[in-house]
Amino acid sequence: MFRKTRACGNLPPICEEISNPHYGMSPPGGIGYSTPMKDTTDTLAETNLDDFIVCPQCDAVYRLKRPDRGERAVCQRCHKVLIMPRKNAGLHIIAVALAVVFLIIGAAVFPFLTIDAAGNKNAVSILDAALAFTGGPLLALSLATAALIIFIPLFRVLLTLYVLVPIVLDRQPARHAISAFRISEAMRPWSMAEIFAIGCAVALVKITDLANVAFGPAFWMFGILVVLVIAQDSFMCRWSVWHSLEHPKKS
Amino acid sequence: MVCMAFSGTPEKIISARELGIVACTRCTKAWPLGTQTCGRCGHTLVSRDRLSLQRVWAFWLMGLICYVPANIYPMLITKTLFQEDKSTIIGGAIELAKYGNLGIAAIILFASVVIPLGKFWAIAFLAISVKQQRVISTRFRRVLYEVVEYIGRWSMIDIFVVAILSALVQLKALASINPGLASIFFALSVIFTMLSAQAFDSRMIWDVQARDGGKPQDE
Repeated sequence: MFRKTRACGNLPPICEEISNPHYGMSPPGGIGYSTPMKDTTDTLAETNLDDFIVCPQCDAVYRLKRPDRGERAVCQRCHKVLIMPRKNAGLHIIAVALAVVFLIIGAAVFPFLTIDAAGNKNAVSILDAALAFTGGPLLALSLATAALIIFIPLFRVLLTLYVLVPIVLDRQPARHAISAFRISEAMRPWSMAEIFAIGCAVALVKITDLANVAFGPAFWMFGILVVLVIAQDSFMCRWSVWHSLEHPKKS
Repeated sequence: MVCMAFSGTPEKIISARELGIVACTRCTKAWPLGTQTCGRCGHTLVSRDRLSLQRVWAFWLMGLICYVPANIYPMLITKTLFQEDKSTIIGGAIELAKYGNLGIAAIILFASVVIPLGKFWAIAFLAISVKQQRVISTRFRRVLYEVVEYIGRWSMIDIFVVAILSALVQLKALASINPGLASIFFALSVIFTMLSAQAFDSRMIWDVQARDGGKPQDE
């Protein structure tokens, strides 16, 4: 089904197959540029659409060809990465995710920054920072901030564990794994832990003149956390996850 | 590892709609045109979102409306021993510049004025340009789209800085910093521009290219 025709991880565009018959099996019905769309639809319905992959960003169609491990399949038109399998990616992601769960909980509870000016001391945790907006309409902002920097990242990690653990163990996917992964993907832009970390750096620069600021244990936890969250996102090949959710192993 | 395909011979790429396929924008699976929801991930399938631009403009306008009070009301209320100081975003930056912190003032102005305004401009430009026949390189549109998508979340940094400062600087009588009303409008403005950018159907960018004669964008 999946043919390797090139050394690099690029997917052949579908028309390449049409114009170069030597490329392998040609699509049934001889889909060409001039073929009316209606006919194409009919023949395509019979074709196995599983053979195709479509770039979500620019709608370019490619014939599916799985890249080897370590390679990436990149859309030739908009350069979006479509498939990027890695060796033991699942295990790595699970390990990172477990670490992230503990780090988020730790970072949220322990003191994060301490300030010291003329004998007055104040230590805050991330939860304090998130809930700094109090009173009236600012309360909504407090809750939103807490969600963006703690709860959404935490929830996403838990969902990832829920989806990936059965897949990596070669079991049947967990119940509702598909909707769990869907929610996790939908929340991706709203998980802002790394932005908060940079925000800390900016805030520090702003008040170093005013007072002595020291890092608490949670600051370092959060620093590691940010690196791990970014690493986790770059390990994860979304296409592979969807594919294994669709074709569960029956063992 | 990454291998770009264009090596002299530009291959014509067919879009899914021309083939009578509708693709899931979430999990990249192909379905026959007319399928309503993706059988793999349950995402709603639309070949081209007709209402996309309307939603883009609606969120864009909301974002812009919220951006006005974000600049009028104070962002930070600083109380020191004898005085209470309310500073707006721009006012705070000007004050910093007066005290000699030109670098920080420039960063603040860049992050909370130049980037948000640039984002408004970029989204509006994309939404208008996909409707027009004028020849603008697809490459430029693509870069603009990616930048807007990527940078949108980072504007939230202002809100986080305010949150950290007002949680941390609570030194009883000596000094305290409290968030002002502008923070909530600024946050809303960022959220609306993010929603606006998400509502944009990026496939339209490449449709325009195909309609304009299908020049390869990378040369």
